[in-house]
Amino acid sequence: MNILELQKMANEVRKGIVTATHSAKSGHPGGSLSAAEVFTYLYFEEMNIDPARPDDPDRDRFVLSKGHTAPGYYSALAHRGYFPVEDLVTLRHVGSHLQGHPCRQHTPGVDMSSGSLGQGISVAVGMALSGKMSGKDYRVYTLLGDGEIQEGLVWEAAMFAGHRKLDNLCVIVDNNGLQIDGSVADVCSPYPIDKKFEAFNFHVINVADGNDMEQIAAAFAEARTIKGMPTAIIMKTVKGKGVSFMENQASWHGSAPNDEQYAVAMADLEKVGEALCQK
Amino acid sequence: MSEVKKIATRESYGNALVELGKIKDDLVVLDADLAGATKTGIFKKAFPDRHIDCGIAECDMMGIAAGLAATGKVPFASSFAMFASGRAFEIVRNSIGYPHLNVKIGATHAGISVGEDGATHQCNEDIALMRTIPGMTVIIPSDDVEARAAVFAAYEYEGPVYLRFGRSAVPVINTDPDYKFEIGKGIVLREGTDVTIAATGLCVSGALEAAEKLSADGISAEVINFHTVKPLDTELLAASAKKTGRVVTAEEHSIVGGLGGAVCETLSGICPVPVLRIGIQDVFGESGPAGALIAKYGLDGAGIYEKVSAWMK
Repeated sequence: MNILELQKMANEVRKGIVTATHSAKSGHPGGSLSAAEVFTYLYFEEMNIDPARPDDPDRDRFVLSKGHTAPGYYSALAHRGYFPVEDLVTLRHVGSHLQGHPCRQHTPGVDMSSGSLGQGISVAVGMALSGKMSGKDYRVYTLLGDGEIQEGLVWEAAMFAGHRKLDNLCVIVDNNGLQIDGSVADVCSPYPIDKKFEAFNFHVINVADGNDMEQIAAAFAEARTIKGMPTAIIMKTVKGKGVSFMENQASWHGSAPNDEQYAVAMADLEKVGEALCQK
Repeated sequence: MSEVKKIATRESYGNALVELGKIKDDLVVLDADLAGATKTGIFKKAFPDRHIDCGIAECDMMGIAAGLAATGKVPFASSFAMFASGRAFEIVRNSIGYPHLNVKIGATHAGISVGEDGATHQCNEDIALMRTIPGMTVIIPSDDVEARAAVFAAYEYEGPVYLRFGRSAVPVINTDPDYKFEIGKGIVLREGTDVTIAATGLCVSGALEAAEKLSADGISAEVINFHTVKPLDTELLAASAKKTGRVVTAEEHSIVGGLGGAVCETLSGICPVPVLRIGIQDVFGESGPAGALIAKYGLDGAGIYEKVSAWMK
């Protein structure tokens, strides 16, 4: 996909996030929207995957360490063809395969169950180590929240990944700056994030605008060239990106739009879509 | 009587891993800076490339094991029971249990027989913790023979397994040439009619000793080795309880939530009979030589005998 097509797809992924959380009357739109570009880029450009063969042992792996942003993940998977986009409205409903947090037994395309913060990166490290031990050349990607890196387990995993020089591992931090109780800088500052990962022997790439598809593409291209150490991509993003009233609002971390808000949000995204069509 | 051979089940664990490692290429072993104590060091020596030392980071070790299992390896993740089941509980629950990954947890230094290190390292709660995780199999081998068989069976079984091993040498009791280990199947070691002694781990040998003494007093005790506490062999348990009308549980674990808990939960529904739970009586342990502690807390043959005979009066 070219950049414009990816931008259009990210907008479709956003519509899926708003639709799913509206239908669920709960869920986490803010951090899903901030990562819409990353989800899109990974599943439509970066990763070696095939929805027709979700169990291919040689496929690239993705672990959503910030598992609460499942709506963004599910929307990307659905648009990529792992299951029908129509399923998104069943999010968090009884009997749905779309659980509140990702579950590998339930949802096609989900490589690992997650949701308890800090654990996903550790599992991703295990997957990367496994690839190295088996001489396979798949890559492993894991997406973390900036609040999530307050969890100590993240740094246990980072220490091991750096020690083992897992250059098939790419850790992405969605630095949208907000967590449930407010600004990450106020609650318990994780900054400087880049220097921390550097100290753990990662190659670090700072992305000034993690909602800019070209910058994302450049970062992942650079990550692929790095040998002998894992990569951490720190993406500065906007929480709630694309929905006017959700942007930079911690309150939209874990609440869903009502009918009225849903209409406004979808209108916002329609406008973005129309503008992209004019390009 | 010839002298009984004694060996610690952690030693059996290390030996079995090497034996299995020779024939199974996908077997990998993880440790958290305790390879010398958990005996995975024996495996490390034989297969250095398949031994992963995670450093002192048990939670990360469990996550890494999950990732290895999700990509086709059969990991045995090893640490002391306290850290494997306690510190790492939530990772085991959410990243191994919930996704039902094929991770084997080799937990050594379980129970009070850790000895001198004392209460912080004597885990008397692990069976209870692990038993609450849906889909988790919990095995407590009673001796060297059973520990080896359990490691082999755990490898063949698809799904998460918690294997509980001890630090101290215990007598080899499963010397019957027809001995057969099957996950979830209890083994009747001695038939009896007056009382059932359901034992697990190092208390199995004590239970046999107690049964012998009880027999001299005219009490016929049936001894069953429940090496698998989950899934529990409910059929065998209920049949024996129905026959004897009284059940004693004996384990090197808290009387809360372990074999005693599992037996009471089971029998209360299908065959309610009085149950005496022998184990750590809801207290923390203490420092001392393992043998002295086992005796002090009444988990040896003499202790089990005393409690059962007092209860039977």
